[in-house]
Amino acid sequence: MRELWSGNEATARGIYEAGVKVGSSYPGTPSTEIFENLEHYDDVYSEWAVNEKVALEVAYGASIGGVRAVTAMKHVGLNVAADPLFTASYNGVNAGFVVITADDPSMHSSQNEQDNRHYAVAAKIPMFEPSDSQDSLDMIKEAFNVSETFDTPVLFRTTTRICHSKSIVEPGEKQDVPVVPYEKKAAKYVTTPANSYARRPLVEQRMRDLAEYAETSRFNIVEMNDTKVGVITSGIAYVYAKEVFPEDTSFLKLGFTYPMPEKLIRDFASKVDTLYVIEELDPFIENFVRTLGIDCIGKDKVPVMYELNPERLREALFGEKAKFNALPEKVVARPPALCPGCPHRGLFVTLKKYKKAIVAGDIGCYTLGAAPPLESIDCLVCMGGGFTLAHGLAKAIEMSGQEDRVIFGLVGDSTFFHSGMTGAAEIIYNKSENGVKVVPIVLDNNITAMTGQQENPGTGHRMKGEIASVVPIEKILEAIGFAKVLVVDPQDLKATKAACDEAIESDEPTAIVTRRPCVLIKRIKHERRRCIVDRENCRKCKMCLKVGCPAVFFKDGKSFIDQTLCVGCTVCMQACPFDVISLAKEATV
Amino acid sequence: MSDVKSIVLIGVGGQGTILVSKILTHALMEHGYDVKMSEVHGMAQRGGSVSTQVRFGKKVHSPLIGEGTADVLVAFEKMEAARGLPQLKEDGILIANDYEIVPLPVAAGRLEYPDQILEALNEKVKVISFDAAGTAEALGQVRAMNVVLLGALVEALNLTELDVRKSVAELVPPAYRDVNLKAFDAGRQLAKEHLHA
Repeated sequence: MRELWSGNEATARGIYEAGVKVGSSYPGTPSTEIFENLEHYDDVYSEWAVNEKVALEVAYGASIGGVRAVTAMKHVGLNVAADPLFTASYNGVNAGFVVITADDPSMHSSQNEQDNRHYAVAAKIPMFEPSDSQDSLDMIKEAFNVSETFDTPVLFRTTTRICHSKSIVEPGEKQDVPVVPYEKKAAKYVTTPANSYARRPLVEQRMRDLAEYAETSRFNIVEMNDTKVGVITSGIAYVYAKEVFPEDTSFLKLGFTYPMPEKLIRDFASKVDTLYVIEELDPFIENFVRTLGIDCIGKDKVPVMYELNPERLREALFGEKAKFNALPEKVVARPPALCPGCPHRGLFVTLKKYKKAIVAGDIGCYTLGAAPPLESIDCLVCMGGGFTLAHGLAKAIEMSGQEDRVIFGLVGDSTFFHSGMTGAAEIIYNKSENGVKVVPIVLDNNITAMTGQQENPGTGHRMKGEIASVVPIEKILEAIGFAKVLVVDPQDLKATKAACDEAIESDEPTAIVTRRPCVLIKRIKHERRRCIVDRENCRKCKMCLKVGCPAVFFKDGKSFIDQTLCVGCTVCMQACPFDVISLAKEATV
Repeated sequence: MSDVKSIVLIGVGGQGTILVSKILTHALMEHGYDVKMSEVHGMAQRGGSVSTQVRFGKKVHSPLIGEGTADVLVAFEKMEAARGLPQLKEDGILIANDYEIVPLPVAAGRLEYPDQILEALNEKVKVISFDAAGTAEALGQVRAMNVVLLGALVEALNLTELDVRKSVAELVPPAYRDVNLKAFDAGRQLAKEHLHA
């Protein structure tokens, strides 16, 4: 049986074949489809956790409990989960435990481009790096064996191009892995300073043992050909290098990249006249090679930034570039936009009315509130940062004497559970008396939308569709200390403006929840309406265009609404000062 | 020199570029080729530019190509043809749908949709262009324009050894099987006429 699978599909299959019983993840591009595929394997309990730290802890708990367990996240997710990872390294495992990090070179869907291979070094844990889908399947299985043999969490580092590229895979059989009976081992699993102190040398010994394993791992492969040129490489860079170097080039393909196989590298390097180290992003392998006193060609030529491809590599190494026609100047970009009917649009249209506002945003579809024509977001850094950036901004603005300012902090529903709740508590706990007002707003669209519609604690459903109890956002805010929590439909512009005004003017801490489900949620039956323009009476003021809806344009100098795209949310209708937009009479479902 | 062929499909989210890639890779794999496919998309699928790359041959290493290396560029929308142009070899073939989807900055009146795109492209590379939407609509299903383009691609690459019709029949929804098969044949015919014109 041969399948054309993405790296993520193959990874999910490998997890299943490895006999894994528990998986916990938080969605994030490019890792999301690993668990979206894993959920179809009934033998594996899999769940969306509230954040990456929680996911890693859940999976680690399952490992301590005696079953093979896995967690997956995007690269920045591992920053969130780093705390338990670094200490799980000391404790070791009971059953196999693998942490998947999916890095995003070129930042296709990310806020930075960090190279998470450095985490393996910092946390002192072994690491695998697949180069394609078959590698993904085979290596994740071996990762669980390594975890159990060496009593360690294992890092499985993949990248966007491996996650989202399809290549031919031959799946194997599911391994039957017995549960390891749980026994209390407090000295191993309770990380008091004394216990950790005692385990510290075991970590060093383990890394020495793993360095031995690296020498003979079946994933560190020598392809010896002509000895003029040798290439050491890993991950996706391997397939690019195979494209670019002549066919008789010798390769050392490292699939197990930490700790690195010193003897294997020395031996390979000694056999070739010129050594290249080809890798995407940082000089991770190269730095090690250089510490061995071995000279090589690497990042002096190969860029440290952005995703590689065969042509970039060819140009960097050999100065050759395929001839091509330049992009014609007139090509217009197709920037991403909030969907027609997106509930977030109404809030951003409203926030734009506050000229003295500073808005701290967050990660999600609502990041698009920063794009023209809405342009309502001033700053944005990471998941859960919306409330806390707002709090810090308020302190600074107070000190600069601009007391007529108001600071809005935004987080989405999934982001609120992820790490926004702690920021809400911070705002209450450290609020200034009579200072600059901070208004936290939860944009609750009842789904984790940006990554493709995953459930979260507010949606009432779990990963596999089971009914779950709803964790109520407004009650949490009340319990934290907000005297008033105003819940509004963001599609009602008047009500949304009134809620913002009330929150700003209130003497007591006030939070807002804008609540309306995402228009893309499949399990909800959405009322489908359409707005139409009375073009004869259109005064061409373009206010309707300011809502930034893909369904609303100007055609022949007047407003026009694309009836195939419009869902009748009425935000443009409410924005029109001349009442020439109305709902079409017949309602269609 | 490697026997590997590289194809780039580019369009606007929702136009069915992924389905065409799936049908093509299915047929290629059934025939015994090594195949790799890469999806390239940014933050938004809705209304954004979407492209996939398909590579096949005896042994394919990279799923991804760089500028100036695609043998064929299939554009599902005419401005996307211009956007994808740098991917194409100088002597490559551009198959372009003479079809316009207005991007948001144009809709909002901030920028203008470029005119005479296909004419300009025709001066730079070999272009096979036709109204795939019109062809599909005449067959009774405008959404089958993607499979019209697939037919043209198969003809342009002269992939006579593949049973692509079988893959179309297997991978499109049963209710739309017949119209898609007709769309596929129509696309082949359109390309044939262009190639021998």
